[in-house]
Amino acid sequence: MKVELTPIDAPSIKSRPVYAALEPRPGKLHVIVADDAGADAVTEMLGKANDRSEILAGAHVMYCPGPTGTDGTAKLEALGAAQFFRAPTIPALLPRLVRVLADTHMGTQFYLAGTESLIGQAEREIMATGFPFASIQKEQRGSTLRRVQCVHCKGITENVATDPFKCSHCGLNLFVRDHYSRRMAAFQGVNIDAEDPGLVPESVVRFK
Amino acid sequence: MSLDFKFAPDDFGGFFRDETFRETFTYTNSNPRRFPFPFDRDDYMYSVNMEPHTPGRKGTAFEHTFDVDEHYVAEMIDRAKVLAEDPLRCQSLPHMTLAGWDTLELIMETKARDYPQWFSLTKDGNRWHWVNRPLGIEQSFTFLDESTLPYPPFEYIMRQTQGDWTLQDDRDGTLWMDAGIATSQADWSVDFDVGMNFMEWHAPVPLAHEKGVFDRALKFLLKLQHGSPVRRFNWTMTVNPLLDTAPETYPKWGPMKASITPENLGQKQHLRVELQSLYRLPRSNAIAFDIRCYLCSFEQIVTVPKWARRLHRVVRDLPPELATYKGFIRNRPAMVEWLSKYDDGAPTSPGWWPDD
Repeated sequence: MKVELTPIDAPSIKSRPVYAALEPRPGKLHVIVADDAGADAVTEMLGKANDRSEILAGAHVMYCPGPTGTDGTAKLEALGAAQFFRAPTIPALLPRLVRVLADTHMGTQFYLAGTESLIGQAEREIMATGFPFASIQKEQRGSTLRRVQCVHCKGITENVATDPFKCSHCGLNLFVRDHYSRRMAAFQGVNIDAEDPGLVPESVVRFK
Repeated sequence: MSLDFKFAPDDFGGFFRDETFRETFTYTNSNPRRFPFPFDRDDYMYSVNMEPHTPGRKGTAFEHTFDVDEHYVAEMIDRAKVLAEDPLRCQSLPHMTLAGWDTLELIMETKARDYPQWFSLTKDGNRWHWVNRPLGIEQSFTFLDESTLPYPPFEYIMRQTQGDWTLQDDRDGTLWMDAGIATSQADWSVDFDVGMNFMEWHAPVPLAHEKGVFDRALKFLLKLQHGSPVRRFNWTMTVNPLLDTAPETYPKWGPMKASITPENLGQKQHLRVELQSLYRLPRSNAIAFDIRCYLCSFEQIVTVPKWARRLHRVVRDLPPELATYKGFIRNRPAMVEWLSKYDDGAPTSPGWWPDD
């Protein structure tokens, strides 16, 4: 199946994840995981469905608000899905997803929408169960704050807005490399002043 | 298996050098003309540049499928140190075990054939007996039975094999780097990249995507046949003969780049060559990718007049994006200045071999 890919902003390199709009697809179970403005992507997807009530009858919706406070809980709860769960944060949401995956059969459709951090971490859990790549749809919406792994101390810093930034674990000054690992669900952060300690360019806000 | 054996420099006729790639940096080449100089012309740009990996000239790095040279023992000691400090440098996703066995078989059979004085492999059905004399290893095991080796098969053979390796699973029309070891890498992270597909792990490379290099290389590699390995060169620059230039430890080795002076450049600045070879594996259908690192100081390179002239021209004329990506933009002016003394402007002959 050829899908039209829509970059979230002009990707500077080939491997930046690119995302298409969610499309309704036939399936017995619809696992819908969203955060932030991803709630709108979910309602728009359902708006396109001919069998909207059928999808909702087989839907498990998991949602948490975004890093900048966007909260679409009411919108999604009002859909009347078979199961709805609202978590306060992504780490609080993931154990529920893992539990649901344990009982999920082939033929399930996965819909991930919202921040790259949510999409990446949910996708990682789904792929770990062996579900085919093709059964997972992803649509980026809302905040573009990045989840970044420090390549030196391996610590993850969530919601990175500026480049360079200080690793929240080891304190090194890191620049955000446009290099993304689905296994880590993170971009790579590399020390920017290793060769000339203290020579750090001024931080600019690159992700919002 | 451990590498805490006493190294005796007189063993094997003194062939294997007792040398270091850290702290004291005693690494050197006894014969620089053996170095696989990577430039076959006076300029450089990315290309797919693949050729059949067939045995080449005697006395060069191309004589055998796997070049076991004077640095073998020292490199394996260095690898054991890196793995002790950071075990994440060697990773294999669960479905890659069979590809690990394929790789072990390829290396053991090839080395036993090409270097019978150092390695031997005897088989009684699936009962195999492996002897690695330079490293003092003797191992009986059952092929395809993981419980009979002290490490998983990929790690076991990698601890006895020069070069960084990755194993690519072939599925969905692309290659997935689902296993790998890197202790002599040019600034890429196995831990970060394992599980990526071909386009993803090459993402940070500038200019080459736009030139279609990776599309063509992938098409070519997907057709790679068992028994017909291919090879290509890659290269970069390293200050000090440092095998392990991992991003993980960049804060430790990065500052060395700032230690170059006109006086020490010839001795400290090394051309780092990757002789890359690729093998289709018979059972797993995976592709094994060997990235073999060779280091040669500028001082040693300029002992070959053709290489001296050519290296000067390549470094001088390289597009700045590439010099930046390869991490030597800061020292390029000093390198060009130093090398210019060895370039009289005379024409060079085609190909990479020294003029005899």
